[in-house]
Amino acid sequence: MAIDIKNKVIGSRESRLGSVVDFSGDLQKIGEQSACNGCLGNKKRCFSQASSCSSNCALGQLSGINDAAIVHHGPSGCAGTAMGIASSFDLLAEALGRERNHFAYTCTDMTESDTVFGSIDNLKDVIVETYNRYNPKAIFVGASCVSGVIGEDLDSVVEDLADIIPIPVAPVHCEGFKSQIWATGFDAAYHAILKYIVKPPQKKTNKVNIIGFTAGTSWNTRDDIKKLLDILGLEATFLVASATVEELEHASEATATITTCGTLASYFGVGLEQAYGVPFIRSLQPQGILGFEDLARQLGKLVDKEHEIEAYLQKEQAFYLPKYEKIKEQLKGKRAMIAMGPGSGFNHVRVLQEFGMKVEHVSAWHFDKQYDDGRRPESFQYILDNSPNNFTYSVNDLQNYEFMNILNKVRPDVFVSRHPGSTVWAMKLGIPAYCVYDEYNSFGYKGTLRFAQTLLNIIINKSFAENLSKHVRLPYTDWWMTQKADALQIEE
Amino acid sequence: MKILDEPRYVCALGAMQTIQAINRAIPILHASSGCASKLAGSIAGTTGDSGYLNPQTYPCTNIGETEVVFGGEDKLRNVIENSLKVVDGDLFVVLSGCTTEIVGDDIGQIVSEFEDSDKPIVSVSTAGFKGSNIQGHEWVLKAIINQYLTRLPKGEKIKGLVNIWGPVPSFDPYWLGNIRELENLVRELGLIPNSIFGEFRGIENLNKVPLAEFNLLVSPWVGLESVQLLEKKFGTPFLHYPTLPIGAHETSAFLRKVSAFAGLDSSNVEALIEKREKEYYYYVERSVDIFFENRTASRAFSLVSTAANVLAFSKFLVNDLGLMPKTQYITEGVPEEFHKQITEYFNEFSYGITADVTFSTDGYLIHRQIEEDDYSGPPLIIGSIFEKKLARKLDGNFVCISIPIKEKVVLHSSYVGYHGGLKLLEDIYTNVYQSFN
Repeated sequence: MAIDIKNKVIGSRESRLGSVVDFSGDLQKIGEQSACNGCLGNKKRCFSQASSCSSNCALGQLSGINDAAIVHHGPSGCAGTAMGIASSFDLLAEALGRERNHFAYTCTDMTESDTVFGSIDNLKDVIVETYNRYNPKAIFVGASCVSGVIGEDLDSVVEDLADIIPIPVAPVHCEGFKSQIWATGFDAAYHAILKYIVKPPQKKTNKVNIIGFTAGTSWNTRDDIKKLLDILGLEATFLVASATVEELEHASEATATITTCGTLASYFGVGLEQAYGVPFIRSLQPQGILGFEDLARQLGKLVDKEHEIEAYLQKEQAFYLPKYEKIKEQLKGKRAMIAMGPGSGFNHVRVLQEFGMKVEHVSAWHFDKQYDDGRRPESFQYILDNSPNNFTYSVNDLQNYEFMNILNKVRPDVFVSRHPGSTVWAMKLGIPAYCVYDEYNSFGYKGTLRFAQTLLNIIINKSFAENLSKHVRLPYTDWWMTQKADALQIEE
Repeated sequence: MKILDEPRYVCALGAMQTIQAINRAIPILHASSGCASKLAGSIAGTTGDSGYLNPQTYPCTNIGETEVVFGGEDKLRNVIENSLKVVDGDLFVVLSGCTTEIVGDDIGQIVSEFEDSDKPIVSVSTAGFKGSNIQGHEWVLKAIINQYLTRLPKGEKIKGLVNIWGPVPSFDPYWLGNIRELENLVRELGLIPNSIFGEFRGIENLNKVPLAEFNLLVSPWVGLESVQLLEKKFGTPFLHYPTLPIGAHETSAFLRKVSAFAGLDSSNVEALIEKREKEYYYYVERSVDIFFENRTASRAFSLVSTAANVLAFSKFLVNDLGLMPKTQYITEGVPEEFHKQITEYFNEFSYGITADVTFSTDGYLIHRQIEEDDYSGPPLIIGSIFEKKLARKLDGNFVCISIPIKEKVVLHSSYVGYHGGLKLLEDIYTNVYQSFN
């Protein structure tokens, strides 16, 4: 499979990768079915709840770039993203000591007549005005459902403006209705970066592109990342939150690309590799000790510093492992359910299994059987090969009614999730829950130790969840809670 | 050119928050999959977008390419049918989004097929391109009145029962506390407050709406069409009080007006006001020094917020605290027809003081105008998180009260009433004392 960075649109994950939003079975079954063509994704929900969309993901990512601007071509609600991130990236930039001079996220505020006559001229004016107001280094023009349905041609707008605006103006094809998988929005954003921002390499640098959500903020993880990269003679470029357009331009010159989340970064990583030969390190992601060691060793191998890495790992192990073993004893056998995106999900299955915990069920928001290089995600393959038990597995598209049904039956000791608004629901059942909000929560030995201790604390002190559960009612009928969790998925 | 820069409102579908605010009412979205989470995150966020439901539990048809091409009516029918089975609610409200309106789905028709179901179900057209979430709020209320309340069996009016309308759920970050405090004030007059929003009110209070003696609307413009509709349908008179009362001056005026409208004995209300004002000024008196003996407190101010907030906070700052108003900025895209009336409210301060009002949805231009204005010292800027950087740049004082609010967590606090005035004083001077004085 090849990524063509010159393409206008790249299609959804469903169409490109065969990714799906429904599945009900277990680990072995998804392993088998994902290896066969056309076995997955044959069901449809006859009841659904609101999930998320590509535009939120695409433009949420891109608005993290410190000196870029977003123009969103849609009705006012689509620009809700701007309110959601209003101060977030300012605070991130401040925490990192980086410059972020403007908040530049404008919207064409489409009205009823715009849906009839189109509003390309207004869009052009807004793009030019946004440029004049904020003097950004690049402008991303985001599509919306409305602009997509009425057929507004963003590519030609951008072409028309090439003579007027002397910076890259990139259309982002992130119409919400075109994919049920919001991660398609990550791909749309990275495609816009690859096509319009990244320049062909002039030289090779010692930079490592680290693609993640938040630039290593979890309790000063950046120091730990730096420590690792120093040994390798490498330097981090965190992409894309709090990055600059200039840093993105040079992403093609890096020694390698690594990531905290394959679901997020695969398109960008594979694209940089295929277009510019930047190796995309296909290690486990750096959550937990196995993930961290795998990443460190693969990077060490790439730059021929395997001995230095081994020495470093041994030193760290000597310091942290004795403490870690003690906590593991207490976590051993504790039962967990995980609900996350597919990449983070498998990475955290591995981390919890490292702790000796028993993963009972994993609920994935969607499922990628492969990335754009045609390869099965490493974190998935690892679990297929190494999981001590064949846990039940479902793909839920964030359908709360499904995973609440499952949670109520599984009744784990702890619920580990990763999505805004998911954590409280386990607590409503009296089950302690932890939201892995920060991707670096279990980075390295130090982070893993901290994560293990945090999980243990949560399992021991159930006060909040138990108190809450006594005072709230679930919004589901008894009828639903006694059905099979996939009862409302029907064969197409 | 039409540009939304630093957006401070969202689209009509944002009115899903109004339904979420009615306990056990269930919004069903006939819309794209990302609308709900995006709208909730932007309007509510740190002020509570969860509860009995959260946006991820809203039934939604999650429109895809198939529905854009072939229409989504079948999908909506399925989702409604199963919502009634899966979700435990008292009232279901179907809302349309942009995509489904453009492809021409007839939600009213589909909903009418469920007329005989056990639970009431209504439909509202809230396509994002048709208006703002504030207009959507009004459309939701009108739909509930027209399609649900008018079908209830007729009942006897309840003496002293007053429906309270005004603060828009979630869009006013302090809506819960503000409505609770309005209820308290009405109760202190000896009347029976009835609001449909917030904990334990729900359908029980909604069913009482037609039985009220009068409707009390505390808002400059939002909600006017709803109380007019209630008058038409149920013959209920309404009192339109434009200013959300903050602090002693306005709260006392509010109590007098409501009391007179309800035909209550004026000596009782005067006794109540005397007691409350005495208490209020006890606290104020203790802290006067810190208000007026410092280096950085402002004497002139601007608000950048909704018409309701701008009017309410201006009244307090001028008539209670003695500050001078500079230009006031109203940002929620108020329909033209209300501009004149709202502008006139700013000519009614004590001592004939007046304030200029600018209606604008362009945060960039508002900020440039504030920068150019002369506040004869540090300005006090009250608005959204977007104003924080501006206030810092101008060495001004800043209080964040308006969405996007981001840096403040709001559970149940309120700016309404005598207590609300004290809270605002705390907030303003807390900010002042974060600088060297």
